[in-house]
This record gives sequence, C-alpha cells and structure tokens, in this order.
Amino acid sequence: MKHTICCLVENKFGVLARIAGLFSSRGFNINSLAVGETEDAMVSRMTIVLDADERILEQVIKQLRKLIDVIKVIDLTGQDSVERELMLIKVNTSDTVAKSEAMQIVDIFRAKIVDVGAKSLVVEITGDEKKVETLLELLRPFGIKELARTGKIAMLRK
Amino acid sequence: MKKTGAQILIESLIKEGVEIIFGYPGGATLSIYDALYDAPIKHILVRHEQGAAHMADGYARATGKVGVCMATSGPGATNLVTGIATAYMDSVPIIAITGQVPTPMIGNDAFQEADITGITRPITKHNYLVKDVKDLAYVVKEAFYIAFSGRPGPVLIDIPKDVQAASTEYHYPDKISLRSYNPTYYGHPGQIKKLVEVIQKSERPVIYAGGGVIIANASEELKKFAETTGIPVTTTLLGLGGFPETSNLSLGMLGMHGTRYANYAVTESDLLIGIGARFDDRVTGKLSDFAPKATIVHIDIDPTSISKSVEVDIPIVGDVKNVLVELNKLVKKKDNLKPWLDKIEKWKKEYPLGYKQGKEIKPQFVVQEISRITKGNAIIATEVGQNQMWSAQFYKFAKPRTFLSSGGLGTMGYGFPASIGAKVGCPDKIVFDIAGDGSFQMNLQQLATAVQFKIAVKVAILNNGFLGMVRQWQELFFNKRYSQTPIENPDFVKIAQAYGAMGIRVTKPEDVGPAISKAIESPLPVVIDFHVAPEENVFPMVPVGSPISEMIGGLA
Repeated sequence: MKHTICCLVENKFGVLARIAGLFSSRGFNINSLAVGETEDAMVSRMTIVLDADERILEQVIKQLRKLIDVIKVIDLTGQDSVERELMLIKVNTSDTVAKSEAMQIVDIFRAKIVDVGAKSLVVEITGDEKKVETLLELLRPFGIKELARTGKIAMLRK
Repeated sequence: MKKTGAQILIESLIKEGVEIIFGYPGGATLSIYDALYDAPIKHILVRHEQGAAHMADGYARATGKVGVCMATSGPGATNLVTGIATAYMDSVPIIAITGQVPTPMIGNDAFQEADITGITRPITKHNYLVKDVKDLAYVVKEAFYIAFSGRPGPVLIDIPKDVQAASTEYHYPDKISLRSYNPTYYGHPGQIKKLVEVIQKSERPVIYAGGGVIIANASEELKKFAETTGIPVTTTLLGLGGFPETSNLSLGMLGMHGTRYANYAVTESDLLIGIGARFDDRVTGKLSDFAPKATIVHIDIDPTSISKSVEVDIPIVGDVKNVLVELNKLVKKKDNLKPWLDKIEKWKKEYPLGYKQGKEIKPQFVVQEISRITKGNAIIATEVGQNQMWSAQFYKFAKPRTFLSSGGLGTMGYGFPASIGAKVGCPDKIVFDIAGDGSFQMNLQQLATAVQFKIAVKVAILNNGFLGMVRQWQELFFNKRYSQTPIENPDFVKIAQAYGAMGIRVTKPEDVGPAISKAIESPLPVVIDFHVAPEENVFPMVPVGSPISEMIGGLA
C-alpha cells in the first residue's frame, strides 16, 4: 500500500543523504521524495511516498525518528490532508487538429499551457495524484515528448 | 581569549573528562598533535588505526566511559571504519576524530582525501564535518552527548586542516539542547503495570537479558528483579556478566551456541521478558518457532528494536535501569514457579555443557582454567569464531563489563586491541584476550603498542591450525571439504619475543594451568600459544534456519 509521510528535518547539508541512505541501506523503496524549506529557514520539509506494508512502514518511521537531524515525522496515510503534485508535460502536437484537441483537454482539467511551439505544447498541471495521472493518460495518445514531475507534497488540513 | 581549532578540540576533550586517546598522527592532524604535545591527555600510539578504534571500544566497554580514537585523513580515517562499525553494532560510545584536507580542497580528490562522513554515515550514530572553527566546541559537546546518551554509539568528527589552524574565541558550552533528539528514559507506567500483571499470571517465565543491561549499569537491578520474583535468566552473548552465572537462576547463554537448557526454557516459556536485547538472528533461530507459547515483553531504550524481528506483546521503551527500578517496586515473590524451576533443573542435569578430555589440550579446558585461576574476575576479550563461543560457554562471568566481544559485526581481530584498551582503562585488572590463531594475526602488530606503553595484557591463543568456526561449518554442512581453512602459522612464541613480549608454548594439558599463572605473574604482555585439539567443535549448535530447540551435538 502507498503511504505518504512528512519529515521535518534540520536544514543542513548532508541531511538528504542521511535520509536517502537510510532507505537504501535498509532496503526500503521510495516512490517519490520532495524537499524544500519551510516557514522556518532552519527547517526543511520532506514529503516521502513509499510502497510498504504496515510493518515496514512502522520501521521506516521509527528509523527516521532515530536520525539525529530529523525533528518530526508525520504519517499522513488515512489522515485528512491536502496532497499536490506539479507536472510539466511536453505534448507532441504536429498538426493543428491535435493542438486544438490537446488544448481542449488541458482546459477541462484547468491546467495551463506554459509554452507553445511549432510542434509541441508544454502543459503545467497541479493536483492530487489522480488528477495529474488522468490528464497524463489523456494526453498520452498525442505522444509525450518529455515529462517532469515534482513528487508529492502534502500537509494536514487542520 | 582566541584559540586555534586544534587547541579548542583538545581543551574541549579535557572538559569532557577525556584522559586517553588511541591514535596515529598524520599530515592532516599535525596541528592537533601539536596541541596534544603539552596537554594532560595520554596518547597511545597504535600500529594501525583499526586497532585505535577497537582500543577505544574496549576501553569504553570495560570502564563505562566514552572511548576516543583519532586518525589522519584518507587512509587513516578509512582504517577506522571496521572499528567504528563494530562499535555501532554493539552500541558502544566512542568518539572518532579524523583530520580532513583543507576545506577549499574538499571534493577535489586531494592527497589523502576520503569522504569519511559519507563513508561512515550508516555506521555511526551521528557524524560531523566541521567547516567553521566557531562550531567546533559545540560539535564536540554535542558529539559526546549523542555518543553517550540514549542507545549509545559511535560519533565521528571530521576536522579539516584549515579549521584546526583557524582561530576564534573559545567558550565551551555548559549545556546543549537538541530539539530533534530526546531519548525516552522512563518506561510508561501503564505498560509497566501490564507487565506486572502478566508476571503474576505466568507459570513458566524466563528473563532474556542483553547487552543493554550492562550498558545501562542495571545488573544490580536485574539481579534484584530475578531474585525477588524467582524468574530464571538467560543472557545473550553481549549480556554475559550482566547476571552472575554463579546464581541458581542463571541459564547461561541462549541461541545458536547457547545451552540446551536455556534454549528449551525459552521455547517452553509462557512469558519471555526481553531486557536490553534485540532479538538478533543468532538468538532467535527460526523466527516462527521462537518462544512460540510466550507472551513477549520487550524493555529497550531504542524504539526501532521493538517488533523489528519478533512481534512484541508488551513493549516498554525506556532506560533499562529506570524501568527495572520501577518494576522492582511492584513485583513480589512468585510462589507458583516450583514445577517450572524443577523442570529447568532437570534439563540442567541432563544436558550440561561439556566436552571430552583427551591427551590433547581441549580448548574448552583452557578457558575453564583461565576462569578458575582468575576466579571469574578477569576482563575477557575475545576474537570471533570458536574462541569466542568457548569463552562465552566456559568462562564463569560474574560481573558486568568483564566480557568484551564483537557480537553484532563479528569482527575478527577485535579482541587483542580491545583488551589493550580495557587494560589501559582498568590497569589493576587481569585482562585476557582469548584468541584463535586466525583472528590474532589480524591485529597482532599491536604487540608493539602493548610493549611500548607497558600494557600487560595476556593473549591465550587457542591454536588449532584452522580457521576453526568456518572449518566446523565445512565439516557439518559441506562434507568436510576444508576449503581455505587450514592455516599455517608463524612461531607465536618467537613473534612475542621479537616484539619484546613474553611468549609461552603449551602442548600438554597439565601445563595449561601453570602457563596461565606464569603469564598473570609477568609484568609483560604475554602470548601463550596453546596447541589445542585441531578438530574440536563448538556444541551445542543450532543450524541456521532451525528452531533453537533443535540443537545438534553437546550431548554427554
């Protein structure tokens, strides 16, 4: 099962390596990892998505808490939280029909076109996993030339 | 007043109460060694940095203080790695200080550069690369705090050459606080109460005590707990000495080479109380058959140890000593244990640890003689393999901090330098390294260290001409195909003498005791080369993947 966990960590060099090293040395798999500063410049927030059963998840959380630079670990799985991911998709639109069709789909998803080229569009979409994945599937028939995604970031609603 | 980084380091170490450093100088630690030159800290010059880390480890295990080792950048630092990993696996508080190339050169593949904080990240409790001299005093304070508190472990401080030379105002912090590190020291009262209830109800309880009892200095509390309730105690390898084996309640060691009665008792128990132990695979054997009838309780300071391999029914996170103190206030004598203790007594009579005497010296006999002559009061370091298991089985450990062995990592070559570290920390104690002929040769160059600094450790080599434990597995599981296990040895007596130590060779059983006594009386480091029965095996033995109740060998 997929789990989303948030870690608040000291904003120091080497911390990302400690976290990544913990996952690799203990054989845990990361689906995605997003890191950035928080409201406090001394603290970074990492959102980690991983596929694991309850037992492994419990070990992951405990092992993360054991790291000296980790301040707090929150398991968002099953909690009322907001989750978002940003994706940039370069879609192949070699003819005008394809271009207008793609633009319609983008419109329906309230995604944005951030660049238009002669033979391609760059689409920006933000949303939860289901939304961004659905758009991606609908655009796939046009031909995806390039794809970049941030990985999930998340926080509790309350 | 302004001080250089090197001076700040040394003064900070003095503030932390450091009396001794095991180390080896080099290009990237010149400033530190210059500051050390007039400092009131003793330095033991080792002959290989791995030995420095093991000595710091042996010193820490024997004294209960933090051990300190030091090496230069690059190869000096990487030579520490095995010693640091050994300390990490066995939760030993050591501080490893390494020199580093100057900060502007870091990452440039400079001469003697190695990313030692990167290399040691998975084998240290925490580590630091100090990039600014202003941070140094605080880092040292924090490093000692982290190494010694909670579940202890090694901490490495990497200090670039320019940081050692740079100056700043020196102020040693009195206190530190870490928002991200707060070990739980007191057990949850509700959980402790639950434990008291299950103890009352149990009919076949067993205490399973590990190294955590010794680390937490909780042997007295454990003894009180066992004696008050009347519950028998088995210890892990690293728990040896945590409970006196002279007690009727002692079951000795459990696990792969444990006693039959300990393994039977655990398997039949209805309540297993794990205290400062981590349900290691050498203890549990086949997981699904480990203590299958028991309610499992686990008292440990490290939450990650709980339910890591064996599902625990009542976890209690906290310092073992504090939890036992609380527990001792609540427990009373159990009056329903007679049938259980009788059953255990029967197992003890039926399946004692033993071996057959012969014309050759039996290695077990050597260990028994050391135990008899030192009255169980010596500090025993071991190497890894048969020598380690026979020491664990046949030395009667009565006191904590008297058994030093690499339990987790299983590091051959650990025992000799560890015994040197222990002797430096406890100069009034008799310190033996019980070694194999293979293991001893992994770090025997430290004889020079022992001789130069007059550290009178005694090495008992159980010389069987084999890498014995591997040979035993080849005998039992690989059809006696002794691939690369016969070992041709140098003349250990001449080697000892060449280094300026005493060497004794013993080939007859009747000479074993006198040789041990002679070694103890000598003011020199002594190597005794016991020529023992070459194909003696360690029994009983639980084959890998079997339940611990299914042991082979060791039947009288």
